[in-house]
Amino acid sequence: MTKTTLLAALVGSTCLANAALSQELNALVWCDHTDASFVAPFEEEFGVTVNLKEYEGTGAALSLIETSQPGDWDVLVVDGIDVPRVVAAGILGPLNTDELPYDTLFPELVMEENHVIDGVTYAISEKYGYNTVSFNSEVFTAEDMADMTRLWSGDFAGQLAVYDYYLPVMGMIAVGLGMDTATLSMDDLPAIEEALLALKDSASSVGEVVSSQTAIATGEVDILVGGGEWVTAGLTADLPNLDWIIPEQGAVRWSQSIGVFADSAQPDLAQEFVKYVLSPEGQAALATSSCYWAMPANAAAADVLTDDQKRALRWDDQASYLARALLYPAPDAELDAAMQDVWTRFLAR
Amino acid sequence: MSHRASIETRATRRAWWLAAPALLWTLAFFILPFGTMAVLSLWQRTDLGLEATWDLGNYASFLANPAYIQALTNSLEITVTVTILSVLLAYPLAWIIAEEIPERFRRLALALAVIPFWTSYVVRSYAWSLVLAKSGVLNDWLGAVGLGPLDLANSRAATVIGFTHFFTMLLTLSIYASLVQMPPNLRRAAADLGAGAFATFRLIVLPLTLPGVMVGAFLTFALCIGDYVTPQILGGGNDLALPQLIMLQIGRRADLPMAAALSIILMLAVTLAYLGMARWMKVVR
Repeated sequence: MTKTTLLAALVGSTCLANAALSQELNALVWCDHTDASFVAPFEEEFGVTVNLKEYEGTGAALSLIETSQPGDWDVLVVDGIDVPRVVAAGILGPLNTDELPYDTLFPELVMEENHVIDGVTYAISEKYGYNTVSFNSEVFTAEDMADMTRLWSGDFAGQLAVYDYYLPVMGMIAVGLGMDTATLSMDDLPAIEEALLALKDSASSVGEVVSSQTAIATGEVDILVGGGEWVTAGLTADLPNLDWIIPEQGAVRWSQSIGVFADSAQPDLAQEFVKYVLSPEGQAALATSSCYWAMPANAAAADVLTDDQKRALRWDDQASYLARALLYPAPDAELDAAMQDVWTRFLAR
Repeated sequence: MSHRASIETRATRRAWWLAAPALLWTLAFFILPFGTMAVLSLWQRTDLGLEATWDLGNYASFLANPAYIQALTNSLEITVTVTILSVLLAYPLAWIIAEEIPERFRRLALALAVIPFWTSYVVRSYAWSLVLAKSGVLNDWLGAVGLGPLDLANSRAATVIGFTHFFTMLLTLSIYASLVQMPPNLRRAAADLGAGAFATFRLIVLPLTLPGVMVGAFLTFALCIGDYVTPQILGGGNDLALPQLIMLQIGRRADLPMAAALSIILMLAVTLAYLGMARWMKVVR
C-alpha cells in the first residue's frame, strides 16, 4: 500500500467516523419536546444530535413540511385527532408496533380509530391533557367556574384570556352548549360563533401557549379559557393559587401522537426515538417538560414520576377526568375551513 | 466605429459591470422572491396540497371576507396613527438636538435617542407590555399619585405606543439629518428681511426639511404596516392586523397561496403610500 493510498484510507475512515458521530435526527414537535433534559438521554445513548423544530397547530406543521425537501424530517409529533389527515397526505409511514408499550398505555389513549388506518399503525399517543378552564383560586372559587356558559355571559368581563387555538376552544364551547364534539356539523356553527363572539367581548387577550400561561401567571387575567393542567401543573410549586376545573358540562381532551415520516432517511433511528419517548423515563421527562406539563400516555411513567409531580398532574383523578372530557372536534376539510373562518372573525372582532 | 463611439461603448459596458452586483442582488433577493410570491398567489390550497389554478380566487376571497377587510383596515389605521404621532414627536426632538443642544453634546444626545435600536424588537415589545400591564410600572405610578389604573395592556393603544416609541427614534434621525444640512444663513436672511420665527419656519425650514420628514414617514409606514411582532405582543390578539392574518394562513391553514395574496395586498398598500408621498412631494415643490 502506497503512502497516498494509506492517507486516503485514513481520511476516508475519519470522515465516516465523523459522519456517524454527527448523525442528526430531525423532529417536528410541539414546544414541550424542546426541553434539553428531555432529549439528552436519547442523544447520549445513540450518539446523535436531535434537531427539534417547534410549531403550534397542525396547519403550521403542514406549512413547514410542504416547504421542506423529502427526507428533511424524521419524526412528527401531531395532535392525535389530525393523524388520519397527515396519513392521507402521505406524510407518516407505518410504525413498527412490536416494541411499543401498548400494554401499559391508558386505554383511552390507544385511539385505534385515529392511529390505525386500513390495518396499518401510523402513530402512537405520547401525552394528553385537557382544554378547559384554569383560574386564580384567590379570586374565584371552583363553584364560580362550574357552569361553562358563564364564561361568555359577561360575568367575567376583562378578567379572562383565551387560548388562541380554534379547535379546543370551539370544541369547549360546543361542549358547553351541550353538543357532541364528534358529530359537529355546519349547522352547529352559528350557535358556537355567537357564544365565541360573546366570549371575545369579555376577553382581555387572546394568545398562544406561552402568552396564555404568562397572562394568568402574572395576574394579568384570573381565568384562562382553554387552559388546564398544561398551564397550572408546572407552576404549582410557585403559584399554588392557580387551579383548573372541568365544568359541569365537560371539557375537551387533547392528545399528542408521535410517528415516523414516510420519507425519513433514517427510519430505524426515528423508530428508536419513538421508543424512547414512550419509555417510562421519556414519558416522565415529557410529562414534566418546562414548556408545559401534562399527563403521559404510558401509565408506566408512574414508576419514574415523584409523588409531588403526580399530585400536580392529578394522576389519581384521571379516570374521572377522562370520563368527562370529549375528544377535539375532527372536522372534515369543509367544516375545518368554516371553523377557521369563524375563528378569524373572532380574532378580528 | 469612431473613436468617440468606442469610448461611449466602453463606458456603457463599464457602467453595466459596475451596476451588475446591485442588479444581481435585486434580482435574487427581490424580483425572484416577489415573482414567486405573485405566482403562488394565483394558486389554490386544496385537500391534496397546492394546485396551480391560475386565477384570482384568493383576491376575490379577500374582498368577500369582512374579517380580512377589517384586518387591512386595522393595519392602515394603526400605521397612519403611528406615522402621524411619530412625526409630531420626532420633529421637535430632532429640532432640539440640532438647534438647542450645544454642539459638543449633540453626539451624546443622538446616541441617547437611538439607544432603543440597540435592544431587540421582541425584548422592547415585552418591556412595554410590562410597563403597560394592569399591575405594571405605569399603573403603579398612577396609583401612587392617586389616579385610577389605565387599561392599556392588550389593546390598540398599547400597540400604537410601542410602535411610536420605536419609530420616533427612526424619524428623529432622518429629520435631524435634514436640519443640520440646512444652510444657517437662509434663516438669517429671512430674519433680515423681516420674517418672524413662525414665518421662517413655515416658509424656509419646513420646506427644506420636508424630504427628510417624508423619507422617515415612508420608512415608518412601510415597517409599521408589515410588522407582526408588536401587534402580536402588545395588542394581545385583540386587534387582528394584516401581518397576523398572513401568519394565520401559514400557521393554521397551511394556505401559502392565500398568504401570498395577502402579502401582495400588503405590498400594494406600501406602494400606494410611496406613490402618494412622491406625488405630494412633487406638488409641494
